[in-house]
Amino acid sequence: MRDVAIVGVGHSKFSNRFDVRIDELAWESAKDALKDANLSAKDLEFLIVGCTGGWSAESLPAVICSEYCGMLPKGSMRVEAACATSSAAVAVAYNFIASGYVDLMLVVGVEKMFESPNPVQIELIGRAGNYFWEFENFGLTFPGYYALHATSYMWKHGLKEEDLAEIAVKNHHYASMNPKAQFRKEITADLAMQSRYVAWPLKLFDCCPLTDGSASLILASESIAKKITDTPIWISAIGASTGTGNLSKRDMFTKLEYSGLESAVEAGQQAYKRAGIDPKNTAKHFDVASVHDCFTIAELMAYEDLGFCRRGEGVKLIREKQTYNGGLIPVNIDGGLKAKGHPIGATGCSMMYSLTKQLRQEYGKLAGKAAQATIKNGRALAHNIGGTGHYAYVTILSLEKPHT
Amino acid sequence: MSDLGEMTKKRIRENGLPIIDEARTKAPLYVSMRELPLRFQFGTTKIQKFFDGLKEGKIYMTQCEKCTQKYFPPQADCPNCPDSSMNWVPLDGQGELLTCTMIVVKPSTFAHYDNYIIGVAQMKEGVRVLAWLRIDDPRKITPKMKVRLTTAKREPEGFITYEFVPE
Ligand SMILES: [Zn+2]
Repeated sequence: MRDVAIVGVGHSKFSNRFDVRIDELAWESAKDALKDANLSAKDLEFLIVGCTGGWSAESLPAVICSEYCGMLPKGSMRVEAACATSSAAVAVAYNFIASGYVDLMLVVGVEKMFESPNPVQIELIGRAGNYFWEFENFGLTFPGYYALHATSYMWKHGLKEEDLAEIAVKNHHYASMNPKAQFRKEITADLAMQSRYVAWPLKLFDCCPLTDGSASLILASESIAKKITDTPIWISAIGASTGTGNLSKRDMFTKLEYSGLESAVEAGQQAYKRAGIDPKNTAKHFDVASVHDCFTIAELMAYEDLGFCRRGEGVKLIREKQTYNGGLIPVNIDGGLKAKGHPIGATGCSMMYSLTKQLRQEYGKLAGKAAQATIKNGRALAHNIGGTGHYAYVTILSLEKPHT
Repeated sequence: MSDLGEMTKKRIRENGLPIIDEARTKAPLYVSMRELPLRFQFGTTKIQKFFDGLKEGKIYMTQCEKCTQKYFPPQADCPNCPDSSMNWVPLDGQGELLTCTMIVVKPSTFAHYDNYIIGVAQMKEGVRVLAWLRIDDPRKITPKMKVRLTTAKREPEGFITYEFVPE
């Protein structure tokens, strides 16, 4: 196996992008990544498009985007893993390069959700579970699935809705600095607490928005990465896991004395093992992390699932502001899904865009010094969940080449 | 063809094109003439006993004859063994509520129902079930409260399903 590095990154503006089609949106970030790597599309050997789709018109987004990005006649495919789609796309690309199949390729995560009206998007995301047994008769929604986790957590650990509001306040704070983010305004805990219930106990400000956007990564083999950039960001390890389709089958969700996502724990453990990191007390190994905060409760569970703190102590991290920049471990200091936006298929690549910029110490140029993490360990973590713990991908990025 | 909306019809009349202004940003949007109706149909042959049971007021799980693994939702095949010799066992109905939510913002196909409560309960037999919890006042919900799983008719459609009620 050869080592694989990120050598170029690009990111579109996240928002309701009524002004572009899906291929035009993909090109925004692909162009940005090519410029970052000082390459042309002709240099690239393969394109993987991460796109969940269903709400947008094009049924073959990989083909439409390949052509628009000037990648024909190179090979392409679309990869899908719900909200973890583009982390899965990166996992496939990593193995394409590590195996020696190609040396240089592009991964584009893209989603055009607003080609369908809001209620249709809610309907389609709500079906992302075990269709007949959860949706057909009981009408679960995406906030509803995570609300079941939130209630379970509250009943076990005495979590308050006010604690969840503090996570929203943090992520809106950092999104206000990120010019690529959908929401650019700070919020107060009072404002979050006054918002209406979407799926009790989750309120509007506990939820990420629906978003259009794209993010792109150029990946290269160890044989050429150093020729393209002085600071390749190495993929140190990837962990992946799948959870039960039906939430009622999750042991951790119900039977055990704590709440969390079993698949996220498994993916994290795999990644730590591959990267040679002690799976206990993990926060000290990372300078910055992006975790999957589609809902505030999801960020809280991620702290514990990833071992940043002990079970039931995630609330303490947020109450003590330990996940702000400068704290024990800065989390989602690009605004996270919660406030940067969550274009389903683009989110994984978007996380790695921010983390790559952080490790290169370029993030401050984009969002201001207050949002640049201090880089000591040279290591960052992306935790990307598809559905409600249906798919889990944990990707560890590093300034240090994994194998000498 | 379903209703295109007044704005689109007006634009076709005026300009000959179904291009409308997006409400907030005013960006021009082409409204497709091709609406896709989706209504899925899936086979029930291997678990038809579950649906026959609902008609008799019974809610079945399955249990593998070889490894005794219990399944709810019921399934006809056990991947552990792998074997397909299943016992169909009716649930007694006694359960303990593990979590719940109340859905306020509903999917479009559920818009005609009042806000509904979804619960997950641990059943006496060891399996867990997700269903609506029918309760007059949500403030009466308490952690681990006793609930009973029962068949119920869903109105206004009139089909049979199952739900929890307080014990
Ligand atoms: Zn068996």
